[in-house]
Amino acid sequence: MKNFAFVRARSVKEAVLSLGTDWNEAAVMGGGTDLIGEMKNYVHTPNKVVNLRAVPDLKYIKQDGNLIKIGALTSIAAVETDTLIKSNFAALSKAASLVASPQLRNMGTIAGNICQRPRCWYYRDSGIECLRKGGRLCYAMVGENKYHAVLGGLGCYIVHPSDTAVSFTAFDAKIKIAHPDGEKEVNIEEFFVLPEDDLNRENILKPNEIVTEISVPIPENGTKSTFIKVQERGVWDFAVAGVAVSLKLDGNRCDKARIVLGAAAPIPWRSLDAEKELEGRTINEETAQRAADASVYNNMPMTGNAYKVQLFKNIVKRAILELV
Amino acid sequence: MSKSHQKDSGGDNGFSRRSFLKGVGTGVISTAVLPGVVSAGKYAEKIQSPQEWVTSDAITLNVNGENRRVTVESRATLVSVLRNELNLTGTKNGCGTGECGACTVLIDGEPAYSCLTLAMDAVGRKIVTIEGLAENGQLSPVQQAFLEYDGYQCGYCTPGQIMAAEGLLAKNPNPSTEEIKRGMSGNLCRCAAYQHIFISVAEAAKKGGR
Repeated sequence: MKNFAFVRARSVKEAVLSLGTDWNEAAVMGGGTDLIGEMKNYVHTPNKVVNLRAVPDLKYIKQDGNLIKIGALTSIAAVETDTLIKSNFAALSKAASLVASPQLRNMGTIAGNICQRPRCWYYRDSGIECLRKGGRLCYAMVGENKYHAVLGGLGCYIVHPSDTAVSFTAFDAKIKIAHPDGEKEVNIEEFFVLPEDDLNRENILKPNEIVTEISVPIPENGTKSTFIKVQERGVWDFAVAGVAVSLKLDGNRCDKARIVLGAAAPIPWRSLDAEKELEGRTINEETAQRAADASVYNNMPMTGNAYKVQLFKNIVKRAILELV
Repeated sequence: MSKSHQKDSGGDNGFSRRSFLKGVGTGVISTAVLPGVVSAGKYAEKIQSPQEWVTSDAITLNVNGENRRVTVESRATLVSVLRNELNLTGTKNGCGTGECGACTVLIDGEPAYSCLTLAMDAVGRKIVTIEGLAENGQLSPVQQAFLEYDGYQCGYCTPGQIMAAEGLLAKNPNPSTEEIKRGMSGNLCRCAAYQHIFISVAEAAKKGGR
């Protein structure tokens, strides 16, 4: 990889100020597992890497009233094993447990996981100037697109690679962002952006902004959740398809539903159509099937990924029925 | 840029042979000033100016209980420094992309890929490599079990497998077969000696692991 200046930020403020306003100039490093891969592949060649390890107080999982707050530098392994998270957010705990491998879960941070860059092989190839990297063509459109988007792609057909982001979306998480003038908090659905809004980035972060905390409201009583991930290998693989389902149940009657697809679209894909099919209804084989069919409403598969549409229907149905 | 760049760049440029590196390893390490502007405003005093940016530095790594002083470039991965600077060649560089696990070491007690860890980022943390396991010439229970139960074939992945097993047993001294498989899932064995690897880990656990 190209050499760079290594800056040890000692505070959030110092980190955002050191990052500056040019994506190509500086990169932020949490656990580093995604960034180093990008730098080794020359997909990203920053002159400066701002390392967050020495920033204090960004590693925690704590309850604050009705919220569980997770510090940005908390490891994925800690999220996987934490009892507060297990008891309140089963789908999040499960998603974290299915991320990559034990080593990468120890190394990777939770904020880094939701901010990781796409796995599209054209994007990851430094020799290819794809649309996302400022080129003029999406090579996946006419090339190999087995793992690409069936929903929400417009121009660029990446899928968002994060498993935990899918579950966070099912729990209406909020993302706290630090910037040079202070901080702000956004709903997770406002955090991720589609190619039609920004072709080059997957979220709203600017070059000098970093995620500092993810907070998740404790679900109402009677809420159950689960996460299913389909991988080509049993372990250490990105999702071919994933789904997080969170249901507030009264017996078998569904009061409130969240159904979010992973590896379906350039963002964690909340399927409002599927949720509507469940809310106010009794969950059974038939309603679960209707929700599953609705979950991929308006899908637009490409030459090599139509198989994912049926896959999503199957796992959405399976996840719903798992909860009753 | 000087030849030292080739030396520390994580083995992705074809110059990975130690013997070759020893020959060129005396290159002067440059502290090039990189171009760039930091808009700092009233926080100017807190921010390093481009002239202060460190592209190489003398750092101290705590490896196997010893503090080792070494000068590295920012881009040097931990595996390249362990092998090429500290002569700890037990740790293997496999894929270089965090997929195979051959470079696994313990950092602060947890298995981590040293190919995706910058040496600079390992400062202040406790690193244990395969060389640090035996005590007074006595193999660790995990090492002993791999030896007795043939937990390998060609042996290239073995140091990484053993370090992953050490981390697993430290956290979970009595793992089930499923937990062993899961705990070892970050390490590939191209000879597919998996059954013997799982048996070795289970036997090590029986003997008190670590």
